[in-house]
Amino acid sequence: MAKVDMSDRRKFLLSMARSVGLAGIGALVWSSVLEESVHASLLLRPPGALKEEDFLKSCIKCGLCVSACPYDTLKLAAPGDKKPMGTPFFDAREIPCYMCEDIPCVPVCPTGALDESSVSSDGELDINLAQMGVAVVDPYACIAFWGIQCDACYRACPLLDQAIVLEYGRNERTGKHAFLKPVVVPDVCTGCGMCEHACITEKASITILPREVVMGRAGDHYVKGWDKQDQERVKNAKAKITTTEISSKSAIDSLNDESGLY
Amino acid sequence: MRYLISRRVTQIVIMGLYIVAHLYGIKMLEGNLSSSIAFKTIPLSDPFAVLQMFFAGSIITMDIFIGALIITIFYGLVGGRMFCSWVCPVNIVTDAANLLRRKLGISAIQKRIYMSRNIRYWVLGLSLVLSFLMGLTAFELISPISILHRGLIFGMGFGFSVVLIIFFFDLLVHENGWCGYVCPLGAFYSIVGKYSLVRVTHDAQKCTECMMCKEVCPEKEVLFMVGKSSQTVKMGACTNCARCIEVCGDDALNFSIRSYINQNRS
Repeated sequence: MAKVDMSDRRKFLLSMARSVGLAGIGALVWSSVLEESVHASLLLRPPGALKEEDFLKSCIKCGLCVSACPYDTLKLAAPGDKKPMGTPFFDAREIPCYMCEDIPCVPVCPTGALDESSVSSDGELDINLAQMGVAVVDPYACIAFWGIQCDACYRACPLLDQAIVLEYGRNERTGKHAFLKPVVVPDVCTGCGMCEHACITEKASITILPREVVMGRAGDHYVKGWDKQDQERVKNAKAKITTTEISSKSAIDSLNDESGLY
Repeated sequence: MRYLISRRVTQIVIMGLYIVAHLYGIKMLEGNLSSSIAFKTIPLSDPFAVLQMFFAGSIITMDIFIGALIITIFYGLVGGRMFCSWVCPVNIVTDAANLLRRKLGISAIQKRIYMSRNIRYWVLGLSLVLSFLMGLTAFELISPISILHRGLIFGMGFGFSVVLIIFFFDLLVHENGWCGYVCPLGAFYSIVGKYSLVRVTHDAQKCTECMMCKEVCPEKEVLFMVGKSSQTVKMGACTNCARCIEVCGDDALNFSIRSYINQNRS
């Protein structure tokens, strides 16, 4: 092939285009790796952590929270942990958060990824405000739901009788025993995981999951009619009106319309 | 040898200080190379990581802003791209690969694969663009440098595979492949340290043109003046590793403080 004569300008433009193209390929590969790495399994963050999306932006992965944790609860995700690399997390079944009153892991955070204000009230640290996750009970594996007496999680809970309460019930099978079923109060539960750690079943029947995953939202259409304050929410409710062939006149009209019957 | 030894000592001591701080609570230098606290008061942060956070849309706190500023000022004013050869633990890995490459004579038998030195600047740009678009710290989440220093302090996991990839890349694929061509952190410090004061100076009068310095230099382009004219190495890509100084038998290369006043007199 004959060598093509090219002007410098054309050469420059071509090599620029080539570089941009290569960078584009790189960007696609890189972004898919990133996408994969951050959409990892359900994981529990230290107390005071920002919402996951913001947390990933802000965490500089220095490990100061990990060093500060006196119980070796927190770990930094290493390659192979299948979690966003370098970010702190804990496995409650292995070592739960023991809810230190001075929360040593939070004030050391240099970037605010662990937000001190979210775990303090009136300027004082309060670990009970932490929202690391929420406990979920599997009523089929939990032996207390079978009627066997166990209150390990109830006793292990640092917010005793607040975050987990016992629901009493009559055991119809024996006719003379009681059920003492553990029920989680999501508003109070901090997600420390001491219940999961204490659970006596082979695989824990009470598990901590991220709050965003578990918690539902009723929406403003459903209010507690017996609660004045809650009823106010209905004012925020927005209706979305759709029109179908039948409802185009009016809904009532279509119900009373007998013309199609005879 | 004295520079090589002091570089290794610096690299190992810094990592050692982090490790004893984490394991035994001796808090002289706590954290890791991404962000740390020296003597329980002075914040130090990786300015490139902070820049990515800024592009990702994170609020930059005073702590990391000051930390990044201290580091930027130090390398920008004094050290140049010194981080790469005096602090970064990956340097030990790539130097080992390089040593083995030289011992085995791989460069002699290998067909040269063309790679541009500019790749790293594209990677640097890409990491900022992706940080902005995805709202994530794009390089920090996959950085082999962080995997290594974090791993040494907090536990490695499968991180060794990443380190091995770099080792074999440098050994088998391209001489100085990672540090000299791909790493965006090196590119970042090349830019930051462009006008720094500690520099290698060449004295063409003493030079016998043995070209040993170019043989060992991981950034050969910065030594373009060797044997030609007496001047200071001004390119930001020089890591101040002092390999050229150690290998020079004629005392034609030495560290000096760059003088901006005499620059035009030659």
